[in-house]
Amino acid sequence: MYNKTVMDHFRNPRNVGVIEDADGVGEVGNPLCGDMMTIYLKIKKDHIADIKFQTFGCGSAIAVSSMLTEIAKGKSVAEAKRITNKDVAQALEGLPKNKLHCSNLGADALQMALKNYEDRKCGIVRPELKRKDEHEHTHGEKCYCPYCDVELDEGTQFCEACQSDLAEAH
Amino acid sequence: MKSINLDHISANPLLPEVKEAMIEAIQKDYHNPSSQHKAGEEAAEVLEKARASVARLINCAEPREIVFTSGGTEAVNHAVKGVAMANADKGRHIVTSNIEHNAVIRSLRRLKSAGFKVTSLSVDANGRVNPEDVADAITDETVLVSIMHSNNETGTIQPIEEIGRITREKKVVLHTDAVDSVGVVPIDVQRLGVDLVSFASNPFYGPTGVGGLYIRRGTKVFPLLDGGVQENNKRAGTENLIGIIGMGEAAELARRDMEPRLAHLEKLKGLFLRELPNYIDEYIINTYLDHSLPNLISISVKYIEGESVMLMLDDDDIAVSTRSACATGSLRASHVLLSLGLSHADAQGTLVISFGIDNTEEDILTFLRSLQNVVATLRNISPLYQKVAKA
Repeated sequence: MYNKTVMDHFRNPRNVGVIEDADGVGEVGNPLCGDMMTIYLKIKKDHIADIKFQTFGCGSAIAVSSMLTEIAKGKSVAEAKRITNKDVAQALEGLPKNKLHCSNLGADALQMALKNYEDRKCGIVRPELKRKDEHEHTHGEKCYCPYCDVELDEGTQFCEACQSDLAEAH
Repeated sequence: MKSINLDHISANPLLPEVKEAMIEAIQKDYHNPSSQHKAGEEAAEVLEKARASVARLINCAEPREIVFTSGGTEAVNHAVKGVAMANADKGRHIVTSNIEHNAVIRSLRRLKSAGFKVTSLSVDANGRVNPEDVADAITDETVLVSIMHSNNETGTIQPIEEIGRITREKKVVLHTDAVDSVGVVPIDVQRLGVDLVSFASNPFYGPTGVGGLYIRRGTKVFPLLDGGVQENNKRAGTENLIGIIGMGEAAELARRDMEPRLAHLEKLKGLFLRELPNYIDEYIINTYLDHSLPNLISISVKYIEGESVMLMLDDDDIAVSTRSACATGSLRASHVLLSLGLSHADAQGTLVISFGIDNTEEDILTFLRSLQNVVATLRNISPLYQKVAKA
């Protein structure tokens, strides 16, 4: 199901852990979707000096987190802001389509951590985000029919291509 | 290293005797059992021999009450849609439970769009249907009650005998999806008081692609497939004779060896449950152990996700199944686990461990050692575990 690069990052995830005195923290996902990621950043001289992650999720969610930290490490804040979920999936040489939809949240978590870093720098303290126990699409990726893999609009209840009822899948 | 199959619910190996019977059947080049010449009659004879074996397995006195199908899914579709369509003039109401297999759920969804009303009963905290709820749900319009015998995700066995007493008294047709029970635990269609029983051959070590439906004589059921007059006019299409011969052989063996198999499986299950707390903590057992299959246990391991566990165990050549949303393709937590009251996060960490007669006690201990490492590795990565540890 997963390619060798994905399995390598899943089996030997890079940069797992917590940075206790992090300069920025980003958290995305919810248990309903099945995946949750937290990214911790240490910024020195406007560059990502250290990055760590924690992930609750499937094989691709762990691989995505690991690959994201590899891509982001050492980048300037400006460069890191341009990292997208697509970049991560490409670096992993592809993910199954239904996983692109639900597990590819790494860059979102990074962007939230960078925002958190900048907020802190400006002295803005935001209350800790409450996790919503509902399905939330923050990552702007297309979703795909879990049965026949065709691209669907978000919230579609019925797949015309394979005539599947998707009420349960959403 | 030897690979260990603890995912028998997905696939059982064929028994050597079953393979032999099927190979012999292939080499014999049987003719069509519906043909009236000698070659056809020879084929019909082995077909009926298999039917008698299957009938004996479920204590069905009249083999004609057995219809061969392409497996459990077809049997269920036939039972649910066939009874509904044949009795639509009497009423259009069906009673079922919240934890049925998709074969039942989706058949009923199809019937709903054709104007049928469906009452889907909740299960209690143990995952069982309350027979009194069935009695209360039946109306003058009810033409079918369909409750599974054992659940394919938790192994919990439903009180079908009690439900059977109710449906008989109220003269409503009762179907039970017993795909994971027939050939695994004793099933007696007389004692259960059921009118239809769906089953498949692979759960008792016969080939996939073959199953059957018990239809009590006098039960009004439309065929699912229209065509020829095979299977006493109940299921059109030339029979899958090679598969059916394999299933017949598997049925004979299941009946003969039921007791030693049950003893072996219960021993493995007991060992697993006794040893589990020595290897991992913070898990939920989803199976109601007082009434459950001997070969299946569902556990939810907290703070980690099932697909990851499954993949890591696979690296150790151990096959298990998971009911996490990520792995099932539906991207939603299992309706069965949510019905039990599990949270979404806990449902994500669900493993279904299913033993077979080919498993040994050493397999269980090897699995537990591997599981211990995998759980520790994944909890180390998990932000949920981190939060709990901090608190």
